[in-house]
Amino acid sequence: MSATIAPETLTVPEHDPLPQPRVVRNSLTMGWRALLKTRHEPELMTDAIAIPVLFTLLFTYLFGGALSGSTHQYLGSLLPGTLVMSLLLITVSAGVSLNTDRTSGTLDRFRSLPIWQPAVIAGNLIGDMARYLLAAALVLGMGLLMGYRPAGGAGGVTLALALILVFGFSVSWIWTSLGLVLRSAQAVSVISFAVQVPLTFASNVFVNPATMPGWLHAFVDANPVSHLVTAERALMNGTAAASQVGWVLLASAGLIAVFGPLTMRLYRTRP
Amino acid sequence: MATAFAIEASRLVKTFGVTRAVDGLDLAVPQGGVFGLLGPNGAGKTTTIRILATLTRPDAGSARVLGHDVTTGPHAVRARISLTGQFASLDTSLTGTENLLLQARLLGLSRRAARERAAGLLAAFGLTDAAGRAVKAYSGGMRRRLDIAASIVVRPALLFLDEPTTGLDPHSRSQVWEMVRRLAREGTTVLLTTQYLDEADRLCGRITVIDHGTVIAEGTPGDLKASVGSGVLHVRLAEPRDRDRARQILELALGVTVQPEPDPVALTARVSTGAEGQAASDAIAQGMSQLSRAGITMTTFALGQPSLDEVFLALTGRTTANAESETNVA
Repeated sequence: MSATIAPETLTVPEHDPLPQPRVVRNSLTMGWRALLKTRHEPELMTDAIAIPVLFTLLFTYLFGGALSGSTHQYLGSLLPGTLVMSLLLITVSAGVSLNTDRTSGTLDRFRSLPIWQPAVIAGNLIGDMARYLLAAALVLGMGLLMGYRPAGGAGGVTLALALILVFGFSVSWIWTSLGLVLRSAQAVSVISFAVQVPLTFASNVFVNPATMPGWLHAFVDANPVSHLVTAERALMNGTAAASQVGWVLLASAGLIAVFGPLTMRLYRTRP
Repeated sequence: MATAFAIEASRLVKTFGVTRAVDGLDLAVPQGGVFGLLGPNGAGKTTTIRILATLTRPDAGSARVLGHDVTTGPHAVRARISLTGQFASLDTSLTGTENLLLQARLLGLSRRAARERAAGLLAAFGLTDAAGRAVKAYSGGMRRRLDIAASIVVRPALLFLDEPTTGLDPHSRSQVWEMVRRLAREGTTVLLTTQYLDEADRLCGRITVIDHGTVIAEGTPGDLKASVGSGVLHVRLAEPRDRDRARQILELALGVTVQPEPDPVALTARVSTGAEGQAASDAIAQGMSQLSRAGITMTTFALGQPSLDEVFLALTGRTTANAESETNVA
């Protein structure tokens, strides 16, 4: 395509008769855009970084001794949990950004472009993944400073991050569906927060469920966050994890199977 | 597929709940030039554009854009059109340059070509100084210009502009008008919607007036004005105290109602033009001489063409302002 123009001409020759949608390239361009937004407004990531970092610090030093006998021992079970917490907080940003695009009319422009349409959503998910890796690096880095030494080694940590990304990717689709339905970006944030807080606290992230009353214990056992945290602990601390990992992958596949098509359908049909 | 028409739509229908936003609309827009889609708020302009730009599926009827069906070949349509929506569809956290780069990269330009194109467009739209600033710091006029620039990163054969000057100050309006004229000169067909009748008058070669989702009139701005068959006589007097007398004299001479204006020395009357224009101009001449014989001094008088507002009134029995408040209540 020859796109050289003199500034005084407004237009350049039309494109090729029918430019083909490019799956990878369109998605990466959209992902670049999602990351540019973070670069321009890094403060929007404050909650997803500050909350897990603060909780790791506070819980370890406030309750670590009481809950696990020593702060060091508690950190080993808490850190995989705060990584999951950080992930859940970040998964909502794709939905929020999709909602902002919808209400501002930006989505209309994208929808009228000759591009691979799912790239608009894929780009936001790529942005989420990148933001999560950044947040995870900060939480992990602080854990290492506090004396955490994952027994699973670099390999275990890498697998743990990979698994958490798979789960995060699948959870993001819940919020993208909501983002296409709800009226404001604030509503998406508020609802996701209202769902995430009970799921995070009524889980095994902070406290061993064995100490809880039966009804809560039952909820915690069914909570997918607990399964993910158990799998993360196993991978990072180098213990057997096959069944937990399998469970997480199955749950992820289920979420994508439901909310993936739902998001795409809403994207095509919602004005 | 070559076609002489940029848009051919027949019997389009789109219903939202009980509201028939578009109700059996037919449209034929030839290639080239600026075409106006005119109507009050809620007339169905935006819904029509959304159907033509493949954003909304019609419930019934069919539309071909540049020879391609909007429902069965949306990708082929999208490859040839560009849409500038009613609200600037920019990413406000990104800079002006980044918004254009995003558009250029999505449309397949290489990194280098995208950078050159972005810089060229920013210069052409007078935005070079603001290129590195986040769009949220832009004024309404700057956003609108950037929005139009984003729509022509690659030249579309057909550009939809939905109310391109709503909410802009007069200076920004005339800048946008100039852009639209230049685009049309360079070969892009422009379909613009507006509720400003003077805007359609200044820009559009042809106009379709719609109301309640159907076409109520079509033609050149001149055709539409001629169809009203009347113009407006404006008279200004030297002395306000003469106004009542002048009004009686003119009503007798012209045989029509003469309206006092808010300005205490001004009077207006609707008079026939066109085929019956000869009789009307005789009556006007007579009225003027009777005024001077009665010792009433006029400072100015003028016979104006009907405005498109009057065209709208003649077509629908409502002014555009009334139509607007009606939709606001509904």
